[in-house]
Amino acid sequence: MLYGYEKVVWQGALVTLQLALLAVMVSVLLGLLGASAKMSGRRSLVALAQVYTTLVRGIPDLVLMLLIFFGLQIAVNQLTEWLGVSQLDIDPFVAGVLTIGFIYGAYFAETFRGAFMAIPKGQAEAGLAYGFSAWQIFHIITFPQMMRFALPGIANNWLVTLKATALVSIIGLADVVKATQNAGKGTFHFFLFTLVAAAIYLLFTTLSNLVFYWLARRYGAGVREAQL
Amino acid sequence: MIELMQEYGKAFLWSDGYHFSGVAVTLWLLVISVVAGFCLALPLAVARVSRRKACWLPVWCFSYLFRGTPLYVQLLVFYSGVYSLSWVREVDFLNWFFRSGYLCTLLALTLNTCAYSLEIFAGAIRDLAHGEVEAARAYGFSGWRLYRHIILPAALRRALPAYSNEVILMLHATSLAFTATVPDILKVARDANAATYQPFYSFGLAALIYLLISFGLVALFRLAEQRWLVHLKPITHH
Repeated sequence: MLYGYEKVVWQGALVTLQLALLAVMVSVLLGLLGASAKMSGRRSLVALAQVYTTLVRGIPDLVLMLLIFFGLQIAVNQLTEWLGVSQLDIDPFVAGVLTIGFIYGAYFAETFRGAFMAIPKGQAEAGLAYGFSAWQIFHIITFPQMMRFALPGIANNWLVTLKATALVSIIGLADVVKATQNAGKGTFHFFLFTLVAAAIYLLFTTLSNLVFYWLARRYGAGVREAQL
Repeated sequence: MIELMQEYGKAFLWSDGYHFSGVAVTLWLLVISVVAGFCLALPLAVARVSRRKACWLPVWCFSYLFRGTPLYVQLLVFYSGVYSLSWVREVDFLNWFFRSGYLCTLLALTLNTCAYSLEIFAGAIRDLAHGEVEAARAYGFSGWRLYRHIILPAALRRALPAYSNEVILMLHATSLAFTATVPDILKVARDANAATYQPFYSFGLAALIYLLISFGLVALFRLAEQRWLVHLKPITHH
């Protein structure tokens, strides 16, 4: 059906999915760190997190990607030259994961900060009064409640991250876009293959929507909504 | 850094000596696609909230397609996909249209921002206080005049914060234009990088310019919110 390119396209789709999942893990981690820094009240940490979220959200992801991807390689080259060891090439997949994770971590930080603030202070204070440690308060009391408030934002950020992976083909990664472009070049059926790429992304986003619908019901358990 | 700015400063801002380039092209792409997207999104948002299936279903399909796929893929469909069809090249108008990187980029950007904006506007219309619409009906407003004088002004005001986000994301999205050979800011940065092999300075300069434009847009929208959303501000004591 795809002129013998089924396997290439399938592999590309897998690369895209892996990239998106790993990148989103990095960005959730960075987002939690950023949100904690912003809520910590320590001036230096707050300022650092503020600079991170403002800068990253003010610059196009593609520009940041090129900046980090090419800039990092030069920095690594200078370091290896200085140390007198042989050149170390950054793996494009790892670079892609770290770059996308770094960018969307800033968006996650804002999402988590908003969700943390939505939880009444008394919840954490009660935990403190019962002698919970800071980590216990976080993972037993605030985190599960925060998830409900954060879920719409997380869903949105995940979809944006997933779609941002299309850009990594520009820095030379063999994702689904690259695979379909190569197939288009090989067969001269550009139109068909770009539509295939679009259909694969649409499939991924539709599946994600289903998962998030289920999660929203799971984390919304026990919450009463006004009947309109 | 200084040399790079001396050599490419003009290209970064408005001209590479032969054509417009850099900031001028980026802003031009942004303004045209945002204005066109806005004009298309308004009627589509009204159709989206309609109770008739024949109205909302096609609009929902359009927005689902364009919000469910990456803009880069949409641009590829228009720029390299459509033009590869032989019947498109045989029709004079289509041949002219899809051969131009500028027009393909504008088409992709416009349809993309239209899809997101129409959902923002439709959401704002749905969230209007029902009493507002009932009061208008009681005063004899209906159809076109109800939308023109009551619903749209109120909904657009309330959509302003979300819409300002969308416009900034559109600014960022214009950086894809270089893949269709349009000489925007990022294209100049790539040329500078290819010539000087100083990625940190070339892309750093581009990042700085985008950052400044983003801040400018944020400031503009803050002014707009002060003008049109002042009645929704929390009451504070001075």
